[in-house]
Amino acid sequence: MRTTALAAAGIAAAAALVMTGCAADGGATEGPVTITYTNFISNDGNEENLQKIVAAFEEEHPDITVEVTTLPYADYGTALQTDLAAGTVSDVFDLEYANYAQYQANGVLAEIPVEEPSVYRESVLEAYATDGKQYALPSSFSTVVLFYNSDLFDAAGVEYPTSDWTWADEQAAAEQLTDQAAGVWGDHQPVSFYEFYKVLAQNGGEFLDESGTKTAFNSPEGVEAAEWLVGKSGTVMPTVEQGQGTPDFDTNLFTDGKLAMLHTGIWMFGAFADVPFGWDIAVEPGNAQQTSALFSNAVGVSSGSKYQDAAAEFARFLTSSDVMVETRLDAGWELPVISDESALESYLTLGDPANRQAVFDSLDQVALPPVVAKGQQEMQDIMTEELVEAQAGRKTVEEALASASERIDAAIG
Amino acid sequence: MTATLARPGRTAPAATGRAPSTRRGRTPAARRRYALTVLAFLLPSALPLAMFVLGPMIAAAWISLTDWNLLAPAGWVGLDNYAKLLADPKTGEVFLHTLAYIAGYLPLVYLGGLAIALGLNTALRGRTLLRGVYFLPVVTSWIVVALVWRWLLNPANGVVNTVLAWFGVDGPGWWTDPAWAMPSIILASAWKDLGFVMVILLAGLQAIDPALLEAARVDGAGWWRRLVSITMPLLSPATFFVVVISLINGFQVFDQVYAMTGGGPGGATQVVVQQIYDLTFRYGRAGEASALSWMLFVVILAVTVVQIRGQRKWVNYG
Repeated sequence: MRTTALAAAGIAAAAALVMTGCAADGGATEGPVTITYTNFISNDGNEENLQKIVAAFEEEHPDITVEVTTLPYADYGTALQTDLAAGTVSDVFDLEYANYAQYQANGVLAEIPVEEPSVYRESVLEAYATDGKQYALPSSFSTVVLFYNSDLFDAAGVEYPTSDWTWADEQAAAEQLTDQAAGVWGDHQPVSFYEFYKVLAQNGGEFLDESGTKTAFNSPEGVEAAEWLVGKSGTVMPTVEQGQGTPDFDTNLFTDGKLAMLHTGIWMFGAFADVPFGWDIAVEPGNAQQTSALFSNAVGVSSGSKYQDAAAEFARFLTSSDVMVETRLDAGWELPVISDESALESYLTLGDPANRQAVFDSLDQVALPPVVAKGQQEMQDIMTEELVEAQAGRKTVEEALASASERIDAAIG
Repeated sequence: MTATLARPGRTAPAATGRAPSTRRGRTPAARRRYALTVLAFLLPSALPLAMFVLGPMIAAAWISLTDWNLLAPAGWVGLDNYAKLLADPKTGEVFLHTLAYIAGYLPLVYLGGLAIALGLNTALRGRTLLRGVYFLPVVTSWIVVALVWRWLLNPANGVVNTVLAWFGVDGPGWWTDPAWAMPSIILASAWKDLGFVMVILLAGLQAIDPALLEAARVDGAGWWRRLVSITMPLLSPATFFVVVISLINGFQVFDQVYAMTGGGPGGATQVVVQQIYDLTFRYGRAGEASALSWMLFVVILAVTVVQIRGQRKWVNYG
């Protein structure tokens, strides 16, 4: 990756020399500078698409060279934290919504001036603002939907999921579709923090109370939500002993044609493009209400960066330029966070899944992950650990939630 | 590492060479040259030691007295981190899990290594090849070994439970069952480190004078009597070395836990070093992590000092 980045940077620099005199307007810097950008968003298949955006930026800003480093998502958080601690962090770096509050509170993010906030989707842009100032810019968003294997539905004579489904509909279909003798499972939904806060919202519950430093999920709504989550294991979903919960287990089961329904993000569209069976998506079923998980990635500028103007310029380009919108839509990468819906229309006709409209429908009612300024990762780890205890039957759902609530309160208070 | 550590009993006395005493009393210039020579010889190991061990230790001691979260500037908190750790039940848990690991691992790896060393110390055909085979896991990456063992011990379709099922035994959940997760890690660890223990003990066995064993045999001592009364006492320096090293490594157990269970299920296999790692890199609580590092260091130091004191009673340097 680094070599491609350097090669591209070299070509861009050469192009800049040739074009001496044709000055671009956006050069808010003095003299040529090289800024660094560390990302995970392009890892696993979109490296060249990111390079396309970077090359376009460098063409428009001959004075700025961008050096790109790409890391796998799994290692990214640790690497970023280590770089921040060591003072070796890139000028521009990716961050997730869940970590924004913590980074902002600790002063590692520089303010990024935005002249035209209207180009961004307002609600997502606001998620990265604190006290009226923008500290990060959203680069993409994605939602979690219900994927289904239509061949398995046809074989079992079950109606396809619709966007009006409730948990009860999903449960009934999952039971009909499960055929353990044939190794076919009806449903898969991870037992984790990221699913729990969402099903809690689907059930009308709250994860944190108004103070934001105390949990509120140990409630009747919470217990019912947790039961919905852990109850699938062993009946319509494989158990931990059978491999559930290991990386890529669920998506492999789906691509093998052994899983009828799968709760996962729209970032899987590319990976499922070539499966030898029919599949589509629907908005996730709800209980008290329909709510979908909205994930968004963003880029921040390091408060220790020497080239904050150039870095901010790149951050704006990376998150709002036409080149970025085109590249993302052409590639079927995660969606750009722009307000202009008409620009997104081409996305609807890109091919499988046919019901891409569900992606936009899922945005009608979204749940963002609960965020705390201190102890975010511990909160997530404890929640997942306690839910898995309940899934394995070593604790009742009530015991697991009581214990999780007590431990999380201690960690975030 | 093993090449330089083999036969500790033999190389130790040679280290106290006589060069210094004969050099004393020369001209100041010669003494300075001598000091520089000593320094030059020490530097290759002293410099990295200072940079990568001593320096970080001192830094950790300082960090342990602050509330550094890796992001914001550190603030002084005195001994708060130590007090917090002592009050946190998690600290006791991770030390207990680590001790449970050592209690299972140490006897298994020592007795297993001893059995193989005794077997390979005979005129067995192909023993050179076997020595290599037993040593192979030692130089294999823990990630690879952990993946293999996870597969062998897979509760649903692993080799071990499949074979057990042939005999009508319903195999346990291994790493998915809190009661079996630590034994799984111990089993894999002992298997991996057998070769190391075997090499050290084999070197010790080969240093035993065959005449002593022959004399005992002539006097009518059986195999067991010769093992207990001659081999084991003469092997005690190697045994001592293996026990000290294995205990220190045991307290620092991390890779296999991280790769096999990640501390699960339900935190049942969380060990001290993993807690240090999580506190720092997952939770950004570098102050507490540094304090826990120092607590672990003090425990290891204390255990090692006790062992070195105790060795006089049972280690026989012949």
